[in-house]
Amino acid sequence: MEPLYIVAIGVMAGAAAYLLMSRNVLRMVLGLLLLGNAANLTIFVAGRLGSSLPPLITGDQVSVAVSANPLPQALILTAIVISFSLVAFTVVLLHKAHQHLHIVDTDAMREAEPVDSAAYAVPDEERP
Amino acid sequence: MISSHALLTAPIAIPLIGLVLTTLLWRRPSLQRIASLVVSTAFLWSAIVLFRASLDGTILATQFGSWDAPFGISFVADKLAAAMVLITAIMAVAIAIYQLTDPEETGRPMFHPLYQGLLLGVTGAFMTGDIFNMYVWFEIMLISSFGLLVLGGTKEQLDAGVKYVMLNLVMTTVFLVAVAFLYGATGTLNMADLAGRIQTIENTGLVSTLAVLFLLAFASKAALFPLFFWLPASYHTASTPVLAIFAALLTKVGVYAIVRCFSLIFPVTEGLANMIGIIAALTMITGVLGAASHFDIRKILSFHIISQIGYMLVGVAIATPLALAGSVLYIVHHIVVKANLFLIGGVIRRKTGSYHLKPIGGLHRAAPFLAIMFCIPALSLAGLPPLSGFWAKYLVVKPSLDAGEWYLAATALIVGVLTLYSMLKIWNEAFWKMPETPAPEPVGAGRGSFAPQYVAIAALSAITLAIGLNPEPFIAFSVEAANQLSDSSRYINAVLESPYGRD
Repeated sequence: MEPLYIVAIGVMAGAAAYLLMSRNVLRMVLGLLLLGNAANLTIFVAGRLGSSLPPLITGDQVSVAVSANPLPQALILTAIVISFSLVAFTVVLLHKAHQHLHIVDTDAMREAEPVDSAAYAVPDEERP
Repeated sequence: MISSHALLTAPIAIPLIGLVLTTLLWRRPSLQRIASLVVSTAFLWSAIVLFRASLDGTILATQFGSWDAPFGISFVADKLAAAMVLITAIMAVAIAIYQLTDPEETGRPMFHPLYQGLLLGVTGAFMTGDIFNMYVWFEIMLISSFGLLVLGGTKEQLDAGVKYVMLNLVMTTVFLVAVAFLYGATGTLNMADLAGRIQTIENTGLVSTLAVLFLLAFASKAALFPLFFWLPASYHTASTPVLAIFAALLTKVGVYAIVRCFSLIFPVTEGLANMIGIIAALTMITGVLGAASHFDIRKILSFHIISQIGYMLVGVAIATPLALAGSVLYIVHHIVVKANLFLIGGVIRRKTGSYHLKPIGGLHRAAPFLAIMFCIPALSLAGLPPLSGFWAKYLVVKPSLDAGEWYLAATALIVGVLTLYSMLKIWNEAFWKMPETPAPEPVGAGRGSFAPQYVAIAALSAITLAIGLNPEPFIAFSVEAANQLSDSSRYINAVLESPYGRD
């Protein structure tokens, strides 16, 4: 199973890198989502793919010998929740940015660091 | 005697309470500010108690979730972690005081919950003994900082926010992948347990790859060359209190993570040490040159953050106990000085109406007290005796020369001179020269007094002076903290042998 997962992760990470390097912010968010999921799958494979039995200790047993590794699943759950909230924030931020700046191309976003700039230029609103 | 469980939980629990409390006081801005200050003071108190408990050299450790190490999530406070929590708490109180009458964040009820959230994330990252848990604290810190950065909703902030958020999210994902690989290679996430297991891996290539992956992830958090681009693109758009707390804490969490990982988990091989040394030198140079090219106080100071991070990394590259002590002292010195400079920048802006150095001037006459208060952190940042920066730089340069790494010592000294140039530029332009045009209308004058802001600035300057005039206890402490870092067996024993929960 591992090779299949590894190829899938590679394809996802590659697509994510491609999307992140495009200058359209919407594509960048999609790239971010894909990259996060590639990372989650990496954790899953790192925890070894073996049995798919649930790691439950039933009755008077004291341990389970062959079962799925529960730790990566817990880690992935945590990571999914975190990346969900961060991506939600990012989408809202981009929406706001689009509303105020009317651009989706990151290269055209020069509000914070004006190009012409001469670092010496005094910003207009601060000119006495 | 307070149990170590309570000692280690309080600095996390108090900002969490603050977060909830300030959210509940959403509609009562004046009450919310007071609540934020009270909670920050309680946080300082808990940090002092923790610090005192770690002073005699014991490493406090506890496990959460009623699982023994290495299965439960460990919290550990050795001297370095306790000192970092203490300095975080001092900054929290200073900036909460400064914020009392600051016009910039007035009327933004979200500031205080996010501020407490940031403190929560930073403190957690300092104390955790579990690498995945560190990732979680990083994320708490990050999402709070995202919110704080774009709080004003101006065009500049939104623009800066997009870049800051994107770059940081990508690099955090790299951190997560690094954690995944580390778990795959060792089967554990507890940092003390990892330290032992890494040594049993025979494939040295795998260990180097893991080490470099972690270095990459933390380097972007710490704004090291060449991964610092998010910092000068975004910091200068934030408001003064936000900027000060960012400058004090965010990058230092990355540095702390590097110091922790490369003293505890990964062995610093010769190749890795050379690489870190070169990165440190390049970070120092690019930062200071960036600062030299700017005339906006916030941009100058933002670039100096990058430059100073390089100094902190020298200790990791040389890795002798004295060099690590230099890193520890440098981090503490830098947090106080840098936040103070940003706070002073905020007052300059309130007095003159601009952050830009060209149109302003004459402050030595208009605000003589501020001028004196500026000299202390500014000269300390440049490393002039007898201020804290001199001793911190001394502990960076001397071990470099001892180890024969002359290029690091030379870079550190030259960059010190260039730092002095930048500070003199601010002094000449903002304080010394007379403005060509009559002073513009000050921003927010008449809305609240300057008293709390001066109190915060004076307190931080006093700390700088205290370290500078009486360096002995601070250096001794740094050396002891570095000894604890060098002898990782004490950390490992403290974590793996500590009984969980109720001791």
